[in-house]
Amino acid sequence: MKTLLIAEYRDGKLLGTSSELINFSAQLGAGSAMFLVGSENALPGYSGKLYLAEATPATEFNPGLHKQLILEVIAKEQPQMVVLPHSSYGWDLAPRLALALNAAQISEVVEIKDGTLVVPSCNAKLRRQVKATTDISVVTLQGGAFTPADDPTGAPEVIKLEATSGGDIQFKGYEAAAATAVDLSKAEIIVSAGRGIGKPENLQMIENLAKALKGEYGASRPVVDAEWAEQSRQVGTTGQTVTPKLYVACGISGAIQHLAGMKKSEFVLAINTDKDAPIGEIADVLAVADLKQLVPILTEKLNAL
Amino acid sequence: MKILVCIKQVPDMESKFKVNAAGNWYEETDLAWRMNEYDEYAVEQAVQLKTQVGDADLCVLCIGSDRVKETMKKALAMGCDRGFHIADDESHLKDPFAIASLIAGYAKEQSFDLIFTGMQSQDRGSAQVGVLVAEMLGIPSLTTLVEFSYADGEINAKRELEGGIKAKVSCKTPALVTCQLGLNTPRYPTLPNIMKAKKKELLSTPVAEFNPVAAILETLQVAPPEKKGGGLILEGDPAELADQLIKILKEKTTALA
Ligand SMILES: Cc1cc2nc3c(=O)[nH]c(=O)nc-3n(C[C@H](O)[C@H](O)[C@H](O)COP(=O)(O)OP(=O)(O)OC[C@H]3O[C@@H](n4cnc5c(N)ncnc54)[C@H](O)[C@@H]3O)c2cc1C
Repeated sequence: MKTLLIAEYRDGKLLGTSSELINFSAQLGAGSAMFLVGSENALPGYSGKLYLAEATPATEFNPGLHKQLILEVIAKEQPQMVVLPHSSYGWDLAPRLALALNAAQISEVVEIKDGTLVVPSCNAKLRRQVKATTDISVVTLQGGAFTPADDPTGAPEVIKLEATSGGDIQFKGYEAAAATAVDLSKAEIIVSAGRGIGKPENLQMIENLAKALKGEYGASRPVVDAEWAEQSRQVGTTGQTVTPKLYVACGISGAIQHLAGMKKSEFVLAINTDKDAPIGEIADVLAVADLKQLVPILTEKLNAL
Repeated sequence: MKILVCIKQVPDMESKFKVNAAGNWYEETDLAWRMNEYDEYAVEQAVQLKTQVGDADLCVLCIGSDRVKETMKKALAMGCDRGFHIADDESHLKDPFAIASLIAGYAKEQSFDLIFTGMQSQDRGSAQVGVLVAEMLGIPSLTTLVEFSYADGEINAKRELEGGIKAKVSCKTPALVTCQLGLNTPRYPTLPNIMKAKKKELLSTPVAEFNPVAAILETLQVAPPEKKGGGLILEGDPAELADQLIKILKEKTTALA
């Protein structure tokens, strides 16, 4: 078995996901080659062939071009599997490759089980073990599912590719994340509100609990999207990554994109009406309760200490 | 202008999921159904575009059993002009490739200027169908959009990347865009619009008439994740729970020190 690993590069930097691709391929016991639209000044630790096209403003985000280049590499390398990160880059590019290759795509792989791949469904409440019936398959890996214990080392054998511009999508640059009014990454205690708070007025009780614990309050994405809390309060892949001593998740189901931002917390307390909520998988304590009842009582008792 | 928005009906994610008898999906009985969250943003953006350009026909497409018509009616009440239902009791057995083939087959005949989809479904979560449809039609696709604008045959949009960074992108129509959470504020259908929606066209066509292709992805098994354990689950009276939690926080953390 041979894999082609599609590494990721953005705005002058190689993204960390290449080590996960390498580790996944090693777990499959497969040989590999790698592809990157990036820079010679930011090469991954990897001992193998790396097909490299130079990233320029015209080539950096250009899925049509990346597809063409990868198809050329595939013709040379003849892999049975093309592996990408399940990221904004990977999930955009993978289906384009899959269709061009007549390949089945397996999205967001979390595990290898008996040589086949496992993906999550229904907000991680179920897992599906799946198999491609095509000769070649395209897979994307869930972030963090294949992080190696040690970063891979080695210097790749670089094979340069000529990348012309063109394509039907124009990339016009990046827009930085909104300035953060609060830096949650330094907070030692965070109490976060999820959609389970039900209405904006209930954010107050979350803030009160945060105050009683002398911490900051955070939020899951739906709370921010609904403009009940500021963007700088959002915890998760598209918000902040936090590592507090105590993280209290109130009315948060525990979607992977939220967990990615807080799973390194030292102690996680979840308050949720749903005993099966996926947050229970990483919580040290799951209090099965209506937050509208429990949070005010808890706050009152803490204030009375 | 001809606009298509593709939606899916999914169970409420707070449901308790049971694996079906065939072991290849969840049991569909005893579930509350709703519009896929990402698709609500797609419908809203399509309706806003229709309002902006004035002269437009906005069609909503959904594949599934007769049950999905309820969700289509919500899209009609939000402002879509007509519904196209591909009736398929076994749509859950189709993979993204088979679903995209059905949509592309219909869209090819209709030559839409713009197609909206959600970036992924909440149940299957593959994030493939939108891009596959565009590739099958040979039109550009922009994914994971959190900002969208259209003028004179050109889309200017922002894609959401990790860590809150955005990429500014543009392309010409005909095109397909996939919508991310937060792109807009999906409207709630008003009662008069719900009534009006009842009179809108909702055409149902059996899936067999579309020569469906076979799935290329096989589901071997569906199961709940193995509980890694460790976590303590507490239930009971809120006041007692609060006391227990304070005791635990004192013993296990430095939060109350
Ligand atoms: C590309 C991408 C990036 C994303 N980035 C992020 C991100 O950075 N951060 C993020 O948070 N999400 C992110 N998301 C969204 C994520 O997938 C989930 O949709 C989101 O995290 C869900 O938020 P939630 O848990 O608050 O809401 P839900 O999933 O709706 O969960 C609400 C929870 O509240 C519980 N509940 C309801 N009522 C009560 C009550 N009265 N008392 C107690 N519990 C109650 C329910 O049981 C449920 O578990 C992203 C998604 C995508 C696709």
